[in-house]
Amino acid sequence: MTVIKTTNLTKRFGRLTALDQVNLEVKQGEVYGFIGPNGAGKTTAIRVLLGILKATGGQATVFGKDAWKHAVEIHRRIAFVPGEVNLWSNLTGGEVIDLFVKLRGAGNKNRREELVKKFDLDTAKKCGTYSKGNRQKVALVAAFASDADLYILDEPSAGLDPLMEQVFQECVLEARKEGKSVFLSSHILSEVEKLCDRISIIRQGRIIESGSLDELRHLTRIRVRVETRKPVTFLKDTKGVYDIGEKGQTISFQVDTEVLGDVMKRLSEAEIVKLESQPPTLEDLFMRHYRGVGGGQ
Amino acid sequence: MFQQLNHNMGSYARFILRRDRFRLPVWVISLVLLTVVTAMSYTLLAPTEQDRAMMAATVANPAVTAMFGPGWGLDNYHFGAIMGHQMLLFTALLVAVMSILLTVRHTRGDEESGRIEMIRSLPVGRLTILSSTALVMFGANLVLALLTAFGLFVLGLEGIDWHGSLLYGASLGATGFLFAAVTGLFAQLSDNSRGTMGYSFAFLGLAYLVRGIGDVGNETLSWFSPLGWIVRTQVYVNNYWGPFLLITGAAIAFFALALYLNSLRDLGAGFIPAKPGRKTASPLLLSPLGLAFRLQRGTIIGWAVAMFLLGASYGSVLGDLDSYLESMEIIRDVLIVAEGFSLTEQFIPMLMAVMAMSAAIPVLLMILKVRAEESRNRMEHLLARAVSRTSILGSYMLLSVLAGFVMMLAAILGMWSAGAATMEAPLALSTISNAGMTYLPALWVMSGIGALMVGLLPRAVSFTWFYLGYSFFVVYLGALLQLPVWMARLSPFGHVPKLPVEEANFAVYTILAFIALVLTVIGFGSYNRRDIAG
Ligand SMILES: Nc1ncnc2c1ncn2[C@@H]1O[C@H](COP(=O)(O)OP(=O)(O)OP(=O)(O)O)[C@@H](O)[C@H]1O
Ligand SMILES: [Mg+2]
Repeated sequence: MTVIKTTNLTKRFGRLTALDQVNLEVKQGEVYGFIGPNGAGKTTAIRVLLGILKATGGQATVFGKDAWKHAVEIHRRIAFVPGEVNLWSNLTGGEVIDLFVKLRGAGNKNRREELVKKFDLDTAKKCGTYSKGNRQKVALVAAFASDADLYILDEPSAGLDPLMEQVFQECVLEARKEGKSVFLSSHILSEVEKLCDRISIIRQGRIIESGSLDELRHLTRIRVRVETRKPVTFLKDTKGVYDIGEKGQTISFQVDTEVLGDVMKRLSEAEIVKLESQPPTLEDLFMRHYRGVGGGQ
Repeated sequence: MFQQLNHNMGSYARFILRRDRFRLPVWVISLVLLTVVTAMSYTLLAPTEQDRAMMAATVANPAVTAMFGPGWGLDNYHFGAIMGHQMLLFTALLVAVMSILLTVRHTRGDEESGRIEMIRSLPVGRLTILSSTALVMFGANLVLALLTAFGLFVLGLEGIDWHGSLLYGASLGATGFLFAAVTGLFAQLSDNSRGTMGYSFAFLGLAYLVRGIGDVGNETLSWFSPLGWIVRTQVYVNNYWGPFLLITGAAIAFFALALYLNSLRDLGAGFIPAKPGRKTASPLLLSPLGLAFRLQRGTIIGWAVAMFLLGASYGSVLGDLDSYLESMEIIRDVLIVAEGFSLTEQFIPMLMAVMAMSAAIPVLLMILKVRAEESRNRMEHLLARAVSRTSILGSYMLLSVLAGFVMMLAAILGMWSAGAATMEAPLALSTISNAGMTYLPALWVMSGIGALMVGLLPRAVSFTWFYLGYSFFVVYLGALLQLPVWMARLSPFGHVPKLPVEEANFAVYTILAFIALVLTVIGFGSYNRRDIAG
């Protein structure tokens, strides 16, 4: 079942096109990663999905309903953590959590207490005195104390310390175990790699890559380190080979998967002594896309 | 040490000027224009010496003293004396408001929003922010003082000489600087900008009130209020510089104290400690309306108290007024517009108009809060949950309308109770109440305009303040300045029947209510259709 679906979703702010024909599909029970550089349009996409912004073109549906027209209905089943948590300085964290849970619909009292303890949050303090991480925790506790079917999280772990980051990841995995869906925008790639089933990369308002992590890896380059007896000179002139570095007899480079076979064949002619290859990390993938799509660097 | 603490003061002051490159000139120029235009208009209003003698006779009463301060030089009431009497204090209040708003913005406001944290990580001293704010406020008020002095002097009106104009401008500037200093001090005491603003305006209100009571009754009391000092410069009449020095000295002392306290405290902390709060929310908070009320509770209570006091301060002079005016045949001839009403009763509509337009401030604050919340990125918390836009705007609209009623009620009760305490034949509560409540439809229109702006033109909500300022100008000063009637008609307050002198006119009420409704409906419609920024 599809939880979120956008077709050719476009959002313009005056002359600036923040979202350009975005197509997304999040299925039930899936943790979906949404990554992209600053200003790529992640928050904008989320706000359109929440009916806070009105799409300029295309469609956005959540649970099969139009995100703008049926916002209130949809939100009864959604829990949300905004990218920048601004709270009311004269309300306490506890008051805000209760308010957020209540405004969404039903909440779970025990779950709330458990989460407050897990996230180690002092709920008696005024929000004005909270640090960034603590404000984030307020939003997280409110989100996960709700019985939602879909969690929309915009950089939810920004400002959390590593221990709290761990707690957060547990919450996400728990939600997935219960068959819930999570839409996660994040800059922390290790987190995305660990949590997400599928990923979309957005850049300048356009989706430039989507799929499972394995699929994405497939599309990209492998990092190779090789030591040979005979000198290797052909690499520089081979298409699909990048980032060549030499250190004595050891050569390291990146290679597109399509030409990997050819390259290996020619390398073996130079008598391989040692060979290491590494699948690309999400970071490699990311760097490549962030710096500009296509060709070498 | 001092250098260290104030490192980069000059560049930070320039940065403040840059941020306020529109705001500051708009404030200063409007205030200077207000002074100059008013001075000019008196030449139309009372061109001959005889006119001015007549005017002197009408304003020599306790109610006017309570509002504007004692009149000096009433026996030779030239344009200078008129300005010093009728405009100086009123303008000083506005200058103080400017200083308070700008100072809060650059001190506690920035600190609360976390911007100062960023600035302080740069090579900037611990006191730089406060001291550069002081520098900018000093400069702004100095410019205001000089422009006002110059603007008045070049008019070349009788009694408006160079010396007096300089003192006039200087006193305004010094008062502005003093309130910047007071705000700077409260910014150290309170740990949030609402508190700072609240304390500063409370101080201003108290200063006005103490001076009013002092000027009417016990002169010594007036010396405890900085606003009592400024009227005692007796500008254009005796030109005393003593009070000016007193104001400036106090300003420097307050700033010094503020700087000292700033050097003691941590970033983000205040001296009035925040106490631990509730771990869970009361059920009353848990709805859009509950939240809206909770966020504005302090504003409502504070304004209700202020309105009660304002009403009471007017009410307290009603008793004197009647007997005072009774005894002076000439004044009665001048003042009587409507037969069959006591002088006090004729005075009430004017007082009520002032109070209704003051009540419009909290009324607008309530509805414009929707936009303020949006700009602070806090609306998305509600909108991302099962809350409709109509219920959000509706909550604030309801509060706005209720606030109008509560404010007028407080003012009416204040006036009635003080009047009852001081008058031999007190006015009936119903008379005062009707005279006040007649303004409710006009307040609804103000709420409606607020809703319209929030929905349709969220970036231009501050227009509503200009509109209220305009209303104040044309309705309150319009009669005095003999402005054309249509100018007052552009304000809802200009249409309200002036009870008890005029009769209640339900057609007018209905039309005003209908306009309010139309504005509200358009506002809601647009709010439901537009993007929300956060
Ligand atoms: N209300 C708005 N008006 C005009 N432009 C906007 C508005 N909101 C966002 N933008 C612009 O749209 C683009 C996308 O912004 P968005 O906040 O969606 O980026 P993001 O991917 O969330 O970035 P980040 O990783 O920094 O959070 C940016 O260029 C931003 O400046
Ligand atoms: Mg973002």
